[in-house]
Amino acid sequence: MNTLISVDNLQKNYGDATALRGISFNVEVSELTVIIGPSGCGKSTLLRCLNGLELFDSGRVMIGDITLELNNGATQRDLNTQLRHLREEVGMVFQSFNLFPHLTALENATLAPVVVKKVDRKTAEARARELLAKVGLGDRLDYYPSQLSGGQQQRAAIARALAMSPKVMLYDEPTSALDPGLVGEVLSIMRRLDDEGMTQVVVTHEMHFARDVADKVLVLADGELIESGSPDVIFTSPRDERTRTFLQRYL
Amino acid sequence: MKKTALLSALIIAAWFSVQLSLDAHEPNELRWGGDAEGGAPYVFPDPKNPRQIVGYEVDLMNEIGRLLNRRAVFVQNQWDGLIPGLQRGNYDVAINGIEITDDRKQQVNFTIPYYATGEQLSVRVEENTINSLADLKGKTAGTLKYSLAQRILEREGGIRIRTYDGQINAYEDLANGRLDAVLMDWPIAIYYSKPNPRLKFAGPVIEQMKYGICVRRDNIELLKQIDRALLSLIKSGELRRIYEKWGLWNDETERVFAQITADSQKQGEALADYTQAVTRKLTWRERLKQYASYLPILLFQGAPMTLLISILGMTVAVAFGLALALMNLYGPRLVSWLAKAYVELFRGTPLLIQLYLIFYGLPNIGIKLSPLVAAVVGLGLNYAAYEAENYRAGIQSIPRGQMEAALSLGMTRGQSLRHVIVPQAMRLVIPPVTNDFISLFKDSSIVSVITMVELTKVYGQLASTYYDYIGVGILTAAIYFLMGLPFVRLARWAEARMATDKRVAVTAKRRWFGVGAKPVGG
Repeated sequence: MNTLISVDNLQKNYGDATALRGISFNVEVSELTVIIGPSGCGKSTLLRCLNGLELFDSGRVMIGDITLELNNGATQRDLNTQLRHLREEVGMVFQSFNLFPHLTALENATLAPVVVKKVDRKTAEARARELLAKVGLGDRLDYYPSQLSGGQQQRAAIARALAMSPKVMLYDEPTSALDPGLVGEVLSIMRRLDDEGMTQVVVTHEMHFARDVADKVLVLADGELIESGSPDVIFTSPRDERTRTFLQRYL
Repeated sequence: MKKTALLSALIIAAWFSVQLSLDAHEPNELRWGGDAEGGAPYVFPDPKNPRQIVGYEVDLMNEIGRLLNRRAVFVQNQWDGLIPGLQRGNYDVAINGIEITDDRKQQVNFTIPYYATGEQLSVRVEENTINSLADLKGKTAGTLKYSLAQRILEREGGIRIRTYDGQINAYEDLANGRLDAVLMDWPIAIYYSKPNPRLKFAGPVIEQMKYGICVRRDNIELLKQIDRALLSLIKSGELRRIYEKWGLWNDETERVFAQITADSQKQGEALADYTQAVTRKLTWRERLKQYASYLPILLFQGAPMTLLISILGMTVAVAFGLALALMNLYGPRLVSWLAKAYVELFRGTPLLIQLYLIFYGLPNIGIKLSPLVAAVVGLGLNYAAYEAENYRAGIQSIPRGQMEAALSLGMTRGQSLRHVIVPQAMRLVIPPVTNDFISLFKDSSIVSVITMVELTKVYGQLASTYYDYIGVGILTAAIYFLMGLPFVRLARWAEARMATDKRVAVTAKRRWFGVGAKPVGG
């Protein structure tokens, strides 16, 4: 197997409070990794560290051939450049979609390739059309986010992230803000991407999805990685007491 | 309860005492209105003791008071408002280098002339090509607003005219090269231009004007008394001594006094009756006709300049304001601090003073701006402070997730601002920015102080020529109002047009084109 993401002894503090206490794990190419754990355990923080939206205090994140390491004497400018390179390789999907409300679905998925990768507009639009069709929004290209349902918005957001052709997709509770009826359409897209071999890391509370689709499950509690393994093992015979208590509330 | 009663008693008492002091001046006072800001040698604060008002007109009024057995009391009033002030009864007579003209005779009675003079052209000391009005073609000349000199320059034609509130600024602008010549009443020139080593007189005195004392038209008795007093001062040579003391005795006055002395027998008291005969009240029809004749002047001379200044000023304000807001929010600490300081400074000081500093202050450090540029820069810099705050509020109200989404797509902070944050903020700030534009539109009237001829200045010229502040005032206000309306509409349309919710946009488009607004189902 090929390791795509390698996280090594990641530590993050908010003032005196410790959010992440030395977390280490690997993600292999084409794997779908699900991160679960009780609220406030640091799942989202960990995910946001992977694309540098949160900066960590010590440790190391390696994605592909880019290494993110802080306090190694690099200048702010160097760090910013490094973060940009990293983010070009890492797609991010947010709980609250964060689509650009002043742009149509098509424009949302075209903007970054044109601005960041300097792809010419025609090519970028063709690609965006293709991706929006793939997430089932082929007939909503010229709709503004406010004219789309939550599920449609989240699918557009996925298309927007895919437009940058990332090596890995990160999802931060992608269905938590959705009406229960609309959760399925978003999860099925992720499932389909998994089938196509996309590497994905998902923070979620959808345990059935985790059990059915994940290649690996990471369980976080109190900023620590208390358990990791295949869903079969985690969901049927968890070793840690905290995992057991947590799962009982969801299954 | 007790406190309230006490307070209202105090207020009533204060009000009465003010009323008393206004109404009950002693009958043996002769209250005369003048503008001590007008400067030497007419009526001005004594440089050695500024609380004391001096001037040849002060001496004259004291002499008249002595002859009438009344104590002469000076009442300060702005020069343009001297005649309205007289009519309101703020004082008994007005005197401050007021030229006897037919227009003014319609409003007030004039005494016999107490002084005669003309207009004197001043140029820079090294200037040798300008010797008469004819040499001013294509040049820029300055003078006091609403003065005879202004009318002479306008009549000559082909001269770029800048009008000032005070002579000091006019001569200053002449010395620093903003003007090619200044035309002003000879006594002013004697006191302000002659002592300046950088300036000199060009050519002889132009035209003749006579100063008279204004008396209310219903006060014929006082007019007769002052005429008799003046005549006696002229005959006794007392008036000539006053003028010699102030260095103002001249041939024109000598001729006029000789004429008055010669005429005094046959003319006598008929003067007042004559004055009354030549003045009459306008009918409503004539008045309306007059207003109609003002309209083209207001609309074609004033309004386009007001519009130009406002639009250019707002463009500067919007562009610079955005830069300030971005500096404030995203700049390094020092830059951010500078932007904050700028906003506080320009928001916290009067626009009028900023304009004065830009127009009259900057030439001292070698920056000479034309009135138009100074007006646009002044309004622009001032309003930029307000726009910066609008943008800051707009940008800060964009959810943080927008920036995070943009960054996570690999955009730089700058790219995120340009493509994601600022376009959204722009839409949010349209209402407050429109508000400021309307406000700037009206504030543009202030730039008349830096010699700009725009709507309000034209209003001032018309109103002071015809002594009609109310009619012309309403007309001017209406023009401002009507000119502002399309911008309000345009802004509403743009706001809806750019709304992120397109359903709102469709209704707005209908509204703009006058089709009834109909809810559109989504």
